[in-house]
Amino acid sequence: MDTIEFAREIRSRTLEMVYNAKASHIGGAFSMADILAVLYGSVLKIDPAEPKAADRDRFILSKGHACTSLYSTLAIKGFFDIDLLDTYSKDGSFFMAHTSHKVPGVELSTGSLGHAMPVACGMALAAKRKSEKQHIYVLVSDGELDEGSNWEAILFAAHHHLNNLTCIVDYNKIQSLGRVDDVIQLDPLKDKFVSFNWDVVEVDGHDHDQLLASFNNKTLTDKPRCIIAHTIKGKGVDFMQDDLKWHYQSPSADQYSAAQKQL
Amino acid sequence: MRTAFISHLVERARVNPKIFLVVGDLGYSVVEPFANLFPDRFLNAGIAEQNMTGIAAGLAMEGYTVFTYSIANFPTLRCMEQIRYDICYHNLDVKIVSVGGGYAYGSLGASHHATEDIGMMRTIPNLIVSAPGDPVETRAVLDSLLSTSSPAYLRLGKAGEPVIHANEIILPVGKSVRVLSGRNTAVLTTGAMLQHSLTTIQKNNYDFSLYSFPFVKPLDLERLAEISSNYSTVITIEEHQKSGGFGSAILEGFNDLLEAGVISKLPTVRRIATPDIFTYTAGSQEYLRKTLDLTF
Repeated sequence: MDTIEFAREIRSRTLEMVYNAKASHIGGAFSMADILAVLYGSVLKIDPAEPKAADRDRFILSKGHACTSLYSTLAIKGFFDIDLLDTYSKDGSFFMAHTSHKVPGVELSTGSLGHAMPVACGMALAAKRKSEKQHIYVLVSDGELDEGSNWEAILFAAHHHLNNLTCIVDYNKIQSLGRVDDVIQLDPLKDKFVSFNWDVVEVDGHDHDQLLASFNNKTLTDKPRCIIAHTIKGKGVDFMQDDLKWHYQSPSADQYSAAQKQL
Repeated sequence: MRTAFISHLVERARVNPKIFLVVGDLGYSVVEPFANLFPDRFLNAGIAEQNMTGIAAGLAMEGYTVFTYSIANFPTLRCMEQIRYDICYHNLDVKIVSVGGGYAYGSLGASHHATEDIGMMRTIPNLIVSAPGDPVETRAVLDSLLSTSSPAYLRLGKAGEPVIHANEIILPVGKSVRVLSGRNTAVLTTGAMLQHSLTTIQKNNYDFSLYSFPFVKPLDLERLAEISSNYSTVITIEEHQKSGGFGSAILEGFNDLLEAGVISKLPTVRRIATPDIFTYTAGSQEYLRKTLDLTF
């Protein structure tokens, strides 16, 4: 499966889970689907048969509310039986509506924003101290960069030259109650990371070639790397795109059919 | 206590390569021996406790036994959610160490009074809550915390607390220790109120028993059952708010024992603690204890 097909499959499975569970957050799950497809399809050194292998790359999803597309990704990769996705958000299921570390392949439970960057820094520092080669990836939302804990970690990572750490910002421009520009402006975001001594690249977060090139860029300096992925909330289904309501709304039966058709 | 802690940690780190110390830019003239001996297992995370605690979680996930170290409310209340969610929800081997429990930093003001920490910490699942009463208990508690991979909170006094126990002791997690035997009343103390309690009993020739509870969670229910069968009056004393602290834990313990049918009657419990107020004046630890009537 190439990464384009992988991303389509992620979105389709995600839609199904959100529809069946009458859940929220499909917009943010769709905006990062291409990033996950490229990471899990072509970049991460991981083995679903050995999800805890010491030398695996670590990927942490910080925006835990968008877990449906991560669960879909892990299922498609074979970390667990794909039918388990049907239990999403149901009573007694490990597949909670925010990312759960009880799901095979998930490194860290997340749901409260601004937690993953510090943990990722700890993992990256541990790898440095032990001279281990794994790379640590953390995917954050744009809105959660309001959290000060992220900036504590961003300072820290640069100071300690954690060039085994990559932060991907899913910059879909919409947060919980409005557009990022209207709630707490982040721009110029690239300049902020640059001034914090990070290597920064901006890409179209739905362009797989650009994403792959940014992940595979081996001209590493001693700085941590930030990939600002410009994305569209709800990407993949025209009536969900760039619309705040799909942070909350669950599709109706008609919307579900129409969305699956588009995917 | 802090000197006993760091010296003992250094000793244990010599033989345990997993021990990692993370400080929040505090510990001048205390943590240097560890930092010098084990530079690969020492980190100053800066003045950023949320990040420090998240980093500790990440290090623990990679196999380290991590100690976070700062003073008063900074390694606890400031980063409470990181403790709850990153450390305790993932059940990671992180020990949170706070120096200056209670009013140890009395004159520095309310920002430095750690008087709600026990109440907050003991509600978090998976977390052991400990507050040793002297340097001997500090070493014993540290050893017992190192014997488990559970997350834990270690509330220390400051420096210069006298040695109460004549010999080194062993304190398995959740166990208390009897310091004095008497007939009328059982005094139960946690943390640095041990010395004050001992002095008060001896000075007044009270015929009281004195028990030190270095673990507020898990609580030594076996000891409480024994106490309830021997005493009808119990005093609890702590440098902490009355609500949710050590005395509350003791009350809950007695009640749960009664409900479970382990004991048949409840003793009368007089709780000595801060009466739901802040202090707004300067003052030493001794002055504040007097002002707040933390005595019996």
